[in-house]
Formats: sequence, C-alpha cells, structure tokens
Amino acid sequence: MSILRAILSGDPPRGRPLALVLTAIFVGLAFAPLLFPGIGALNVAAKICYFVVLAASYDLLLGYTGVVSFAHTMFFGIGGYGAGLALYDLGPSWSSILIGTGAALLVAIALALVIGLFSLRVRAIFFAMITLAVANAFSILASQLSSFTGGEDGCTFRLPELLRPGFRLVAGPFAISGRLISYYLVFFAALILFLLMLRIVNSPFGRVLQAIRENEFRAEALGYRTMVYRSIGNCLAAAAAALAGVLSALWLRYTGPAVTLSFDIMLDILLMVVIGGMGTLYGAVIGATIFVLAETYLQSLMAALNHATEGLPLLPLLFHPDRWLLWLGVLFVLSVYFFPAGIVGGLQKRR
Amino acid sequence: MATQPAAAIETRDLSISFGGHVAVNAVSCAFHAGTLTAIVGPNGAGKTTYFNLISGQLRATAGRVLFKGADITALAPSRRARAGLGRAFQLTNLFPNLSVHENVRLAVQSRLGRGLDLLRTWTRHSALIEEADDIIRQVGLSARRTLRARLLPHGDQRKLEVAILLALRPEVFLFDEPTAGMSVDEVPVILDLIHAIKGNRDRTIILVEHKMDVVSSLADRIVVLHNGELVADGDPASVMALPIVQEAYLGAANV
Ligand SMILES: Nc1ncnc2c1ncn2[C@@H]1O[C@H](COP(=O)(O)OP(=O)(O)OP(=O)(O)O)[C@@H](O)[C@H]1O
Ligand SMILES: [Mg+2]
Repeated sequence: MSILRAILSGDPPRGRPLALVLTAIFVGLAFAPLLFPGIGALNVAAKICYFVVLAASYDLLLGYTGVVSFAHTMFFGIGGYGAGLALYDLGPSWSSILIGTGAALLVAIALALVIGLFSLRVRAIFFAMITLAVANAFSILASQLSSFTGGEDGCTFRLPELLRPGFRLVAGPFAISGRLISYYLVFFAALILFLLMLRIVNSPFGRVLQAIRENEFRAEALGYRTMVYRSIGNCLAAAAAALAGVLSALWLRYTGPAVTLSFDIMLDILLMVVIGGMGTLYGAVIGATIFVLAETYLQSLMAALNHATEGLPLLPLLFHPDRWLLWLGVLFVLSVYFFPAGIVGGLQKRR
Repeated sequence: MATQPAAAIETRDLSISFGGHVAVNAVSCAFHAGTLTAIVGPNGAGKTTYFNLISGQLRATAGRVLFKGADITALAPSRRARAGLGRAFQLTNLFPNLSVHENVRLAVQSRLGRGLDLLRTWTRHSALIEEADDIIRQVGLSARRTLRARLLPHGDQRKLEVAILLALRPEVFLFDEPTAGMSVDEVPVILDLIHAIKGNRDRTIILVEHKMDVVSSLADRIVVLHNGELVADGDPASVMALPIVQEAYLGAANV
C-alpha cells in the first residue's frame, strides 16, 4: 500500500466511491484489448488515454494555478504536427519520433514562455484573449502552410514497423499485433505522464501554484516570484499537452487541424476538466473518460432508444440519433448542476 | 563610512499620494535591530500604507526605503521578503482553501528556498513539515492543523496570519494590528510570541497597534503618524504625554 501511495505521490483518491471509479477506469484501459475486442473500442480507449493527459495538463493551469488559457490545443497540435511531420519527412523510424517529439517540446515550451512573459502580467481576461488570438493565428498558419503541413487535409504518415497495424510480433492465435504494441505505448506513456503530473502537483512547487491561485498577493509577500512560478507551470502544461499530441499522432497515424488544433477540442478539454472537477488531476481522468465515451456512444445509445420507443408518442423523436448533441448538452448541464465541484468533488463528499 | 551600524529599516522622506491625497507624507524614520517600535495614529493616518511602502506592496512616489543601508525602494515585494522583511497583514490575508498546515508550510518553504522542487512529494520534506507543526503549536492551532484556512474562526485566522510571519523568520517583523478582532483571552498568546521575538536582539519589530495597554507594555519607542505625517517619535512615556498625541490619539478613540 505504501508503494502505491508513493506512486500516487501521497495523494491517493479520497473516498471509496472515487477510488472504485478510478480503479475501474484504470483496469478498463489497462486491459482494453482483452476486455473490449474490436478496433473501434481500442480507438476509444486510446483516445481516452491521450485525452486524460491533455485534460490533466490543462487542469494544471486552470485548476491548480488559476490561469485561464485558450491556447492549450495549440500545444497539443504542436506535438501532433511535430511527431507527424517528422515521421512524414524523415521517414518512419524511431529516431524520427524522437526528433519530432524533441522539436515539438522545444517549440511548445518556447511559445509558452513567450506568451507567459508577455501576458501573464496582464489581467486574467486579457491573458485569456491573448491565448485565444495566438492559438487562432497558429491554426491559420498550420492551414496556410499547406506544402509543409498538408493544410486543411492534414498529413498521413507511416510508423516504424513495430507499430504498424500489419505487424505481428508472434504468429498464431496469440499474435501480438503492431496495433496492440501501439496501444500499450500510448497507455504506458499516458500513465507515466499522468503520474508525473500528479507528482508535480504534490511537490513543494505544486503547492506554490495552488498558493498563487488562492492568493497571489500573499504568495508574493511570502517571497515567491509568482511570475516565475506561473511561467514554469505554463511551460510544463504546454510540454505535457505537446506529448499528448505526439501520442495522438502515433495512434491516429495522422495529424491535421481538425484533430489537434480546432477550437472544438479546446472546449472539449475545458468541459472535461470542469465536469471531472477542477484542481484535482483525478477529475481530468473521469472527465476525459466520460466525455470520450459519451461522444462516441451516445449516438448509438440513442439509436437503440429510438428503436425501443418506436410506436410511443414523442419519445422516438426525442431520442432521434441526430439529437445526440442536444443530449450531450443536457448531460453537461445536469452534471454541472448536481456536481458543482465536479464529479470528483461530488464523489468525495459522499464519503 | 558609518561607525554606527546601519538601521535595519530606514525611510527617508518616504511619500505616496493617491490622486491628490497624500497618504504618507515625507516620513523619515529609522528602526534599529533589537527594538520594538509601535506606530500609532488614528484611522486613516497612513500606518498600513507606510507598511505597504516598506514591504513593497506599494511603490513610493518619492523618498527611499533602506534595508540595512541598501536601497530597496525599487525592489518587488518578493525580493524584500526573501531579503528578510516579513509582514503580517491587518486584513487577514491567507490561502483560504489550503489547510492551516499548508499555509504555514508555504512560508517555511519559501524561506528555505524549496519552492522550485518539482519532483519530490512534499510529504518527503519532513523538515518543512516539522517546522510548520512547531510554529502551529506555538500559536495554539495544533488541533486545527488540517482545517482549511477559510473555515477557521476569525481569531484563529489572525493567529495563522502571525504563524505565517513567524515561519518566515524575518529580520524585520511588520505586524499590522495583530490582535485586532481577537477575543480578550486570545490576545496574550500573540503578545507573548511578540515578546519572545523581542528577546532575540538581532530582530527588529515594527508594530501597528491601537490598544494602548499593548503598546505601553511592549514598545521601546512610539512613533505617531497623523494625516500621513510623522508627528511624534520617542520613548513611550514622553510620547504619550505630548499634547498632540493626546489630541490625535484620543481623537481617534472617540470616533
Ligand atoms: N490603494 C489606495 N488607494 C487610494 N487611497 C488609499 C489606498 N490605500 C490607502 N489609501 C488611503 O490612504 C489613507 C491611509 O490609509 P491607511 O490604510 O494607511 O490608514 P491606517 O492608518 O492603516 O488606518 P487604520 O487604523 O484604519 O488601519 C486613507 O485615507 C486611505 O483611504
Ligand atoms: Mg491600517
């Protein structure tokens, strides 16, 4: 138990319901290839993995430091494009992945630093607007430089042989496919990144971030250079988002504006963090899981309900699959209403 | 050059105005190590503003602040805090959603320069934890160490405010009405703590206080501010006897 505590940086989920939900998610993801056979389900599991990293890194900003940024998908995109373009231009090798990842990290951290230094001093609302503008500019740039980035269509590339879907590590009934290897690469990378972030928020540094969120004036009076701390927090969050982008590119074997840079994704991350619970990284896990599941399965669930209620008045209309977005919205409003402190907050209170 | 050691804190013609209103007007005053100076004056006299100029929350419009002879007028509050200037605020100023222990630990951690440690869990920093617990015990908050600061009763919040300042172990302590709003039986705890600091001869204490009994029992010297100006300065007995003090001070007490 104490080893588990150490792995979780002395911050295990508080309360049994929360621990159960998180364990279920962990087991579900760790054994996804066995539990949920089929390429569709594996796609969902992988997407949850890298969105957990993305949402958790956003919570580092929003929930822990109290910084509202709309540039987070830009960093996600930098990771996706970094790995993707390197694989495309330098060929499908591991060194391309490393080079692409390294370059993406450098660019992401440098950009985060510049944005932070220029605008963290200004009022929060202006900071949010500046990040919005920068992210927008970046996304336009990515679309315009089509000879380099593939423009709106994005760019499809090949992976090193070990990760290709056609690859078989051993033949026969217990074949380990490249797809499986890719999945576990994504899973373990996401797990390590998540645990690393959990460590950071529970370190002395993480407490300073929270102090800044709580009362920046006092943090400064205690001797903390709050600008420095916020800038480092910004850079760490950007780096983690870029790594999530790398994972997404590796899994999708594709990168493009729609899957990395779009403002829709920014809103998705925001909702994941708010629904799961701000200021707790476990909230990001729950938020990302629920969101990705809802986004994927709500439509088919509604199709089923639509069928089941056939003949009844009104209900089939209400459950028409095309209305899934409406229902998603209703779900969010309800969850925010019933769990103002996020799902994690709600589960903890029940203890 | 100077044969006498530089004052711990010295202000020279220190002034600030808000719009047309001069809140602190050319205050020159030196505070020496090993002394406790009380600053008194009616409401709105500029006492808190004077503190804000010394600890850096406000920038002077004119004049200078010297810390052990070095000009710190342009330094950020965080720099001054790290140099050894500690401040307890008049209006309680805590980290409301962090626990009592975390509030104090953040101060200890700042003093020891551990804030940039990213990769070790804070629970591993047992020195920080023990020191924070020790200070919490001194102010009598041990029973509430895991409670969030915002859930504390007012008197306990004041104690926490003082605990945070103690945790910084500054060379210069700026206490801004530390006992304001405390119940009568809580006050002695804080006064004893201030008295204990005073026993340490290389510390400098500047205390803003309205309660005259507190002032006369603790202070070596009293400085009177009135309408932003320093109007009297001297040992307690003689300052208290000055007509201007009687007038200024009793005037405030009657408001
Ligand atoms: N940031 C500010 N902007 C404008 N005016 C200010 C500001 N801070 C203080 N003042 C004004 O400066 C004057 C001095 O205020 P200050 O808070 O220093 O008084 P004080 O002596 O601490 O009073 P009290 O005993 O009530 O705490 C007041 O008239 C106040 O309104
Ligand atoms: Mg005051």
